[in-house]
Amino acid sequence: MCGIAGLIHRGKSSKVGYELQGMLQALKHRGEDSTGYALYGDTDGKNFIMRFKVGENVGEGSSSVAEDVSVYDERKKIVDSYLSDMGAKIVKEERILPYSLRYEIQYEKKDLLEFSQKIESIPGVEILSMGKSLEVIKDLGNAKIVCDRYNLDKVVGTHAIGHARMATESGVDIKSAHPFWGYPFSDVSVVHNGQLTNYWNNRRALENKGMRFMSECDSELIAVYLAEKMRDGASLEEGMKESLSGLDGVFTYFVATKDSLGMAKDTMAAKPLVLYESDDLVAMGSEEIAIRSILPQEIDTYDPFDGEVKVWQI
Amino acid sequence: MANLKNVTKKTKAQAMGMHTEVLTGRTQQKFFNPDEAENFYYFGTYDVDFNKRTDLDVKDMSAAEANKEIDHLMSQGFGSIVIKNPQGKHSLGVGILNKLNLIFEGSLGYFGIGSCDGPIVRINGRVGWSCAENLMAGKVVIEKNAGSCFGAAIRGGDLICKGSVGARTGIDMKGGTIIIGGDAGAFTGFMMQRGRIIILGNVGINLGDSMYDGTIFVGGEIGSYGSDAVDAELTKSDQDWLKRKLKVAEIGENFDVSKMKKIVAGKKLWNYDNLEPTEKKGAI
Repeated sequence: MCGIAGLIHRGKSSKVGYELQGMLQALKHRGEDSTGYALYGDTDGKNFIMRFKVGENVGEGSSSVAEDVSVYDERKKIVDSYLSDMGAKIVKEERILPYSLRYEIQYEKKDLLEFSQKIESIPGVEILSMGKSLEVIKDLGNAKIVCDRYNLDKVVGTHAIGHARMATESGVDIKSAHPFWGYPFSDVSVVHNGQLTNYWNNRRALENKGMRFMSECDSELIAVYLAEKMRDGASLEEGMKESLSGLDGVFTYFVATKDSLGMAKDTMAAKPLVLYESDDLVAMGSEEIAIRSILPQEIDTYDPFDGEVKVWQI
Repeated sequence: MANLKNVTKKTKAQAMGMHTEVLTGRTQQKFFNPDEAENFYYFGTYDVDFNKRTDLDVKDMSAAEANKEIDHLMSQGFGSIVIKNPQGKHSLGVGILNKLNLIFEGSLGYFGIGSCDGPIVRINGRVGWSCAENLMAGKVVIEKNAGSCFGAAIRGGDLICKGSVGARTGIDMKGGTIIIGGDAGAFTGFMMQRGRIIILGNVGINLGDSMYDGTIFVGGEIGSYGSDAVDAELTKSDQDWLKRKLKVAEIGENFDVSKMKKIVAGKKLWNYDNLEPTEKKGAI
């Protein structure tokens, strides 16, 4: 089933980590195998923030195989070495969990494809996000568990999207959890509720163009699909509109960039979405109770129609 | 193809794809035999007094707790109940089988007012997916917007949304009337089998797709027609009925119904003239 939620503050910042936690926790009945956050925090925009993992969470019903922590240490060393080789300087380093790390990096090149391919050539290493504002944090458990584990409730920023997952067609692990980074595009992330039926056709085509897939989760395809469109020069909205015919199946998805948040709904409107829109805030989720967690007062909400695409700027 | 000359009546019908079943089951006898009307008892119903009114704040209640409390209040004779702080909770106000004035001061989540038979409900907010699913009788008015599958499989009653509704409104409906003040999404009237849908605004693609029967009236633009849906002539009696319904619905009273489009099923389906049990009940 899965639940998705997103919000964007226009013209101001807010505690988006805390707010998104409330929205996703309200949707936990739609799935709590894993929960993920894509938070767009307030930064000076100088350095890249790289969230990556060197292993999997093997507890709490994970479908991954346990590895010794020493393996994680070894992978981290290779990452550090590769970063140095590529001229990327680590400004700040945080190891939140044995398998989950956050680096602030000085890196001058804009194209992250080569960078990402190099880092992810290390077996067991996956970049969860790369951007100057975006940070993707995802792990097993419900929204509250993940938020507490990574101290997300204090994150201040302008917008965020998140996902509460019930695993159906891929494993219970971090690599299959949402959000997905729009590899290799800086600051692009996607969450999705639905099912794509032309996944393999699209995946093969994108892989032939050099794109990478870390999971067999169909939602990852949307992120890579949009990133590839934007790499070809399309705007976010243009890419999203193309996806309505390029992606087959039933879906509602959110995509976020450094300064915008968008939603798209398939042409059969088979997946739910409730939307609240005001001058200074847009909040949306699979169910109204997600929005109510941050706006308990009576508000006007609506369901976007079939084939609808909307994009908001901060 | 089967040899129709050499088979009995029953198997001949079956060979043609039809059946000869006669509805004689216990349920039919119990509920629809007029001789037994005096023994009729509708389980789970209460005699309520509309002048007996109370408020119920469900802010800190689960849906099950709130519905149990509504049931308890009805058992105490309360005929007018105002629900405070529904806050988008799912499945509120379900399974009410008697007359009742039920007012929600706020919005409902999914599956609100499901499987009801008789209450008059007003929701001063919006509703999520599948509002009033399987409604048998009564009147439900939503002041704002509604989600998808609005009035799925209703068999009777009036279901009114003053705002816009999502996709698949009236899917599989078997009777009753759905009235939409705003726009409606894709697949409106999908597989509808009886009843009427009125949309004053625009409607999305595949209107009336695979409809068996029933009528759809549209005031605005139609995205596209679904399979089997065709235009029909809007008669004087249609217009009179529309005016009457819109007035009762407190919606679009000044709307020019003469310009509405009427859409019906283009195919007559075989073996589709049997009355629904609710219609038999009405006939009695």
